[in-house]
Amino acid sequence: MTVEKILTWFYACKTTDVPENGGVCVKYNDEQIALFHFTRRNEWYATQNECPHRQQMALSRGMIGSQNGEPKVACPFHKRTFSLITGECLSDDECSIKTYEVKIEDGNVFIAVEE
Amino acid sequence: MKIVVIGNGMVGYKFCEKLVAKQSNQHKIVVFGEEIRPAYDRVHLSEFFAGKSADDLLMATADWYSENNIQLLLSDPIIHIDRANKKITSHHGLVEDYDILVLATGSAAFVPPIPGVEKQGVFIYRTIEDLELMTAYAKKAKTGAVIGGGLLGLEAAKAMLDLGIVDTQVIEFAPRLMPRQIDDAGSKILQHKLESLGLTIHTNKNTSAILGDDRITGMQFTDDTQIDVDMLVISAGIKPRDELAKQAGLAVGPRGGIMVNEQLQTSDENIYAIGECALYNNMIYGLVAPGYEMADVVVAKLTGGEKTFTGFDMSTKLKLIGVDVASFGNPFVASNEGRAIVLEDTHKGIYKRINISNDGKELLGGILIGDADAYNMLLQTCKSKVVLPPNPEDIILGSRGGSEASEGAGVASLPDDALICSCEAITKGMICSSVTDAACETVDAIKKCTKAGTGCGGCVPMIKDLMVHTMKTQGKYVRNVLCEHFDYSRQELFDLVKLKELKTYDEVLNELGKGDGCELCKPPVASILASLWNELILAKGNDTAQDSNDRFLANIQKGGTYSVVPRIPGGEITPDKLIVIGSVAKKYNLYTKITGGQRIDLFGAHLTDLPNIWQELIDAGFESGHAYGKSLRTVKSCVGSTWCRFGLHDSVSFAIEIEERYRGLRSPHKLKSGVSGCIRECAEAKSKDFGIIATEKGWNLFVCGNGGSKPQHALLLASDIDSETCIKYIDRFLMFYVKTADPLTRTATWLNKMEGGIDYLRNVVVNDSLGMAAQWETEMKLHVATYECEWKAAIETPEIRKRFSHFVNAPEEKDPTVKFDEMREMKKAKEWK
Repeated sequence: MTVEKILTWFYACKTTDVPENGGVCVKYNDEQIALFHFTRRNEWYATQNECPHRQQMALSRGMIGSQNGEPKVACPFHKRTFSLITGECLSDDECSIKTYEVKIEDGNVFIAVEE
Repeated sequence: MKIVVIGNGMVGYKFCEKLVAKQSNQHKIVVFGEEIRPAYDRVHLSEFFAGKSADDLLMATADWYSENNIQLLLSDPIIHIDRANKKITSHHGLVEDYDILVLATGSAAFVPPIPGVEKQGVFIYRTIEDLELMTAYAKKAKTGAVIGGGLLGLEAAKAMLDLGIVDTQVIEFAPRLMPRQIDDAGSKILQHKLESLGLTIHTNKNTSAILGDDRITGMQFTDDTQIDVDMLVISAGIKPRDELAKQAGLAVGPRGGIMVNEQLQTSDENIYAIGECALYNNMIYGLVAPGYEMADVVVAKLTGGEKTFTGFDMSTKLKLIGVDVASFGNPFVASNEGRAIVLEDTHKGIYKRINISNDGKELLGGILIGDADAYNMLLQTCKSKVVLPPNPEDIILGSRGGSEASEGAGVASLPDDALICSCEAITKGMICSSVTDAACETVDAIKKCTKAGTGCGGCVPMIKDLMVHTMKTQGKYVRNVLCEHFDYSRQELFDLVKLKELKTYDEVLNELGKGDGCELCKPPVASILASLWNELILAKGNDTAQDSNDRFLANIQKGGTYSVVPRIPGGEITPDKLIVIGSVAKKYNLYTKITGGQRIDLFGAHLTDLPNIWQELIDAGFESGHAYGKSLRTVKSCVGSTWCRFGLHDSVSFAIEIEERYRGLRSPHKLKSGVSGCIRECAEAKSKDFGIIATEKGWNLFVCGNGGSKPQHALLLASDIDSETCIKYIDRFLMFYVKTADPLTRTATWLNKMEGGIDYLRNVVVNDSLGMAAQWETEMKLHVATYECEWKAAIETPEIRKRFSHFVNAPEEKDPTVKFDEMREMKKAKEWK
């Protein structure tokens, strides 16, 4: 049996609202989602905004980059890095973050959340 | 077996401690002490005056003895030993039999037979009771004297100063101070130093009488001179407490001391003597370390081990009234045994002597006064008979010309147990073994393996140095590159970016790197671009390459809010500007604190409020303080000649000029500076990256100092220069640093790693040995001419201003997760887990 997740796409912002190779924080009800435009790779990613290390709402203000080709974000507080694809922590094995799907339509950014 | 210990001093206690640790409860232990307290730390007796209580000085509490089944009987000296029946009798009439008897009776102060020693106001310096008596008497004394200029005598003199007797004289019978440890020349330096601290010192002075009726009023000397004193402490040496042993018929030395063999046995095999009462090989060991060693030998013997006492190294290092004094090995070598190399700096009060064997290969001993930093290294060299380098003088002079200075010398010299990461308590040894044993060859791998550097991250540059150093010692080739995306060092990258005239992070990555960059290479590249082109750091394309703090022109703080630090050049501020800071802080509910750099930090600002806060500050004439950037922070100053009665020059004006010249200069790490108006150095300029101190003739320029986790005093680069020359040298110095240092390397570390050290640096900056001076000065001129306040630009540019919101889709809303607690009528960030 497969459990199908029901995804809801919501409108986040315009693509031009997000800085190149950087992130912004999107509000969805009480959730905070970090949205990144990896312009260099022409890719979009979304993760939870909270860094699990010290529970700080900061990942959207972090620097993005890659490690052996894997796209990642570094928390501005203590430089823990997380994979933007899997949400796994690349600096230690203790914590991971939630990731979200992103799609672009006509210059608008949509993020998928589970209902 | 029943063991009785006579004496509960430091050595007697240590014997119990070691015995208990070796074999608990197998022996019955009884201890007699004559003082009212259990053993206390006599070595640090003078701390009694610095506010320590008698309890603080205890080696262990009375409970410790009972917890370990040791019967402790205090205030009860032993008066008789019956060796035939193996019994002892105490003053209170207790009779105790023993299988093994340990004498740890210690020593007493030696009081020379001077007429009048019984008078009131004459003290010895030995027990806490002596100190209590001195303290009570000192209240009515104005002048004091100490007989004895040895170790203990000088300690006693310090005690007198601590008691508030400013006029204290030291009387030494020998021609010099500390005659057993140091030579004439060293003694002169020490004497000079102590005199500058307020002590009066007489050598070659023999006391013939103590004057006064009931209480002391003065002293008479054999050279027919007299002095008036209200109080006297006699500290002329020790005599071993051997009277009980003597009475029991044990062998004692002609000048005192209970004779013992290598196992510390007296002439009765069931009786041992340890500590200052024992005479081994015609020598009394008047230090605590050999006493502990003796205790260890006896414990080993009683618990079935094998150990012998064959003498002990009497090397010592101590701080006497703030002056380092050390002597090791054989401090006085006769001319047929070896030769001495002596460094004497009467200006700084430093004296160093090393004695080397006639073939120049072995270190026999030496003396260090005023600066004993090299003591441990020299002691080890001496003890383990390490073969000396061809120029043995280097070991006290330091390598001149710097040919010996090697990369990472700073970390290499640290001991293995040195704490590198204090957040996670990781030592140097643990980091090095992660490199050797776990094959960690990147900083990230070390972080993952040891957790070092995962807390505040302040130790990461040191971790990198240790890794590079360890890999080099393993014979591995280490290339100092930025990260996986750039195969260049920062210095190489700096030159290439300039040559190719690259202006954005992406251009640099395309031309010189690979992949997508990361948090390791983005900030240094952004810093290089800012240093080279001096364009606004938030220009499009480079903004997201900045570290979070630079990106939002503020320091991110616990909880996700930011701090605001306006520039207050030289620490000078008008009342009106103070009022503005106060009202802005009030309006935006900010926590305010004076920083160490003489400015005011406003904490707890929401990201959304930053542009409005800065708008108000800028309207009132403030500008960015760059507290968030790897750039010039503050130029601290003392009040200088405009107000201070000692000031030689106007340090505040010069500090303002310096701060305004270099503000905004992006560099590998933050830069701090200070200007002091006279030698008193109230601005602490010598702890700064560059510090300026006024002299009669101009300024002295010091460079590469540091506070922080590895404090280091700045070194003199040039002396007695005028303001113009001073600025010229700083221009060159800063440009050289900005171009060549590794990322996150402060000037102190940069210099430590520089081949040739300060001499090389001076050659480059002052003598222009690289021929770069003119170019660097031009570049600095460009920096000064193109400087603009980043915050002003940010609030005037709508596009940039827009970025200061927490939610992209709800720009007016603040982050609801930000929480504060209250403390002392202000707020603080909510504690994180």
